[in-house]
Amino acid sequence: MIAELGLGALWLAAAFAALQLLLAGLGLAQQRDDLLLGVRPVAVAQAALCAVAFICLILLFLRSDMSVLLVATNSHSAKPWLYKFAGTWGNHEGSMLLWVTVMGVAGAGVALLERTLKRNTHMATLGAQAAISLGFYAFLLFSSNPFARLNPAAPDGQGLNPLLQDPGLAFHPPTLYLGYVGLSVAFSFAVGALLTRTVDAAFARAMRPWVLGAWVLLTIGIVAGSYWAYYELGWGGWWFWDPVENASLMPWLAATALLHSVTVLATRDALRAWTVMLAVIAFSMSMVGTFLVRSGILTSVHAFAVDPERGSFILVLLLIYIGGALALFGLRVGTVREGKQFELMSRETLLVVNNLLLTVILGIVLLGTLYPLMTEAFGHKVSVGPPYFNRIAGPLALILMLAMVAGPIMRWRRDKVGAVAGRMLWPALVMLAIVATLAVVGWGRIGILPFLGLVVAGGVAIGSLIPLTKRNLRRTPLFVYGMVLAHLGCAVSIAGMAADSAFTTEKLVAMQPGDTAQAAGWTLHFDKVAPIAGDNWTAMQGDLTVRHGDGGRTTLHPQNRFFFDPPTATTESAILTRWNGQLYVVMGDELDDGRWQMRIWWKPFVTLIWLGGFMIAAGGALALVGRERRGWLMKWRRTHAEEFA
Amino acid sequence: MTSRWLLWLPLVLFAGLAAFFIGGLVQPDDRMIESKLVGKPLPQFTLPQGASDRPPLASTDFSKGAPRMLNIFASWCVPCAAEAPQLEALAKAGVPIDGIAIRDARADVDGFLTRNGNPYGHIGLDARSEVQIALGSSGVPETFIIDGKGRIVHQHIGEIRADDVPKLIAMWKDAR
Repeated sequence: MIAELGLGALWLAAAFAALQLLLAGLGLAQQRDDLLLGVRPVAVAQAALCAVAFICLILLFLRSDMSVLLVATNSHSAKPWLYKFAGTWGNHEGSMLLWVTVMGVAGAGVALLERTLKRNTHMATLGAQAAISLGFYAFLLFSSNPFARLNPAAPDGQGLNPLLQDPGLAFHPPTLYLGYVGLSVAFSFAVGALLTRTVDAAFARAMRPWVLGAWVLLTIGIVAGSYWAYYELGWGGWWFWDPVENASLMPWLAATALLHSVTVLATRDALRAWTVMLAVIAFSMSMVGTFLVRSGILTSVHAFAVDPERGSFILVLLLIYIGGALALFGLRVGTVREGKQFELMSRETLLVVNNLLLTVILGIVLLGTLYPLMTEAFGHKVSVGPPYFNRIAGPLALILMLAMVAGPIMRWRRDKVGAVAGRMLWPALVMLAIVATLAVVGWGRIGILPFLGLVVAGGVAIGSLIPLTKRNLRRTPLFVYGMVLAHLGCAVSIAGMAADSAFTTEKLVAMQPGDTAQAAGWTLHFDKVAPIAGDNWTAMQGDLTVRHGDGGRTTLHPQNRFFFDPPTATTESAILTRWNGQLYVVMGDELDDGRWQMRIWWKPFVTLIWLGGFMIAAGGALALVGRERRGWLMKWRRTHAEEFA
Repeated sequence: MTSRWLLWLPLVLFAGLAAFFIGGLVQPDDRMIESKLVGKPLPQFTLPQGASDRPPLASTDFSKGAPRMLNIFASWCVPCAAEAPQLEALAKAGVPIDGIAIRDARADVDGFLTRNGNPYGHIGLDARSEVQIALGSSGVPETFIIDGKGRIVHQHIGEIRADDVPKLIAMWKDAR
């Protein structure tokens, strides 16, 4: 019954999306206010119906209703409830339903909250949003119905990939999806503005909170995903340039560029066409990423249900929406008046540099991700590994960091060379000091990229604080603090990456209980190994007493887990976090002679990578709150000024 | 605007990208990575005993004049259990088959063979996939046909299905 209710709600939601598109389209074409009046309520109703459908699916998973095909193939009654819950979107159909639900709710948000945009642009935006939703509804209803029944019902489910049975999974994909969908809102804004020829500062201000919000969520999603891969995969790495990781990185790169260009448009009314283009690209990258992951045309360590038919469906949606938006761009952007000009020595120029570098990095990641596909078209099989990405994107990222030092301390519109040079003094001195220190400590031992990374991180750290100097800190707007925090986060994160690759100690040993190993000043004593059982797995668990020098003892418990359903072996790494790094221990297989493989890493300051990532996200959130609060305050003042006039 | 056609450049680029995507989708789904060693001699290896009642396996076992099959399997591998009847059929047709158990333990292999039958002559244990990698094999199960002089003539990737059996027998006969 719940499944039928969900399916019914989904069909109704699709019908409301069609109605929303029709009302907006006809209303705008014929200038009929009575039709346009209906658009906003319909958008809200569509969101509510879609949410009902999603709640139904969650209920089916929580109740382990094995008469529903999706539940039977992806869940298991013995699973802890959190994973049953998270299993709702840990599969293709459920994740697509989550996607349309979030999209519908975001559309309702645009309908209810947006007040500053011109009405026609607002309506065109909602129409575009409905058009996108409609495509995904069609996809769900015709090719991936999450509510399909299984008759006769299965006795029990087939389980969920054990790698995904982790608290991280419960929140990682939805966060990314929220980000993707936020970008779809930016896309709809761009299409709405192109349709009504109103690409201006007001449009940028309306779009900015959505871009900021999407960007914050994407940042959190990527950072959390990176940490998940780090502790769950047990390979000691935190980024693998896997197609699925790249699929989340590419929209982030585009959104980062968009975030900066939309600020230029909102503040200075420049970069009009470019901002619209980026809004289109950002969402396009979300869809391309989804397509690459779901169609299975690229192989990845991330096992998703792969289905060429679904791939074709997403490809058709991709062609319609992105092709349509780009055609609209070609047709209309010529009629968008050129924005305001700026001089070469200005903050705008640095932001253009930021945009160009981010776009080039995006292009490099896209090319690297697609290269295997391209060569396969000519009959060769290749895979593109981390060296390509690190060697090409790494240096560009460092140049981008240098622009980040200079950008925030430049003035809008025009600045003087001498003045900028004066403000660059401190960051330059700090960078020189780091070069000197590293040269004394570890010349030749540290690779060139980590070396430069540490140097630039120091420069960014100082440079990011300069916008706070010489101003009244209590009257400094919140969004300036947001920018400072985000840029500081970049410095922290880069420092973590560089420290990890420059100073990590790795050791592979075979130990039997009673043995002791040494690594980077740590002593690890292998006490015992014993079997242990969980809800749906058994494991061999090692007990290791570790101490650093003469410090206190701690026990680590790395595991070698075996899941029953589906039968899969995984390793659970044991991680000990200290202020200056992490001790990371993985227990491998038992050897013939009763010894166990142990992989031991000491990773100095590796935690800075994710700390910096969350600082970046927090900075974005601060900027979002700051901007919105400022908007409300200004509005409040205006209305009250009228009262007293 | 200086160059109007430039505005259409994004669309053109996207069209190129889309063409690749369509190409990727239309292409037959072939994600097998063929070993570079097909047509080349078997790499040298000596493996410990993989099952209690079978002798261990070395590369020299394949250069005794008669063509043999080399099946790469594991007790933890579900498709390996699925292809067991086909291996039995091949063995009944007179094809000598040797096995390499990947990342396995002897007790587990014994259990697997008790459950699924034992078509193998020799069984080697490749606990760390070293021989598997040397063979250019990228997964389990895989089956190689090796002529009497120790040269790899064919690689079958994935489980052997019922309709593969006659083809494999024919190839084995050709290798003589």
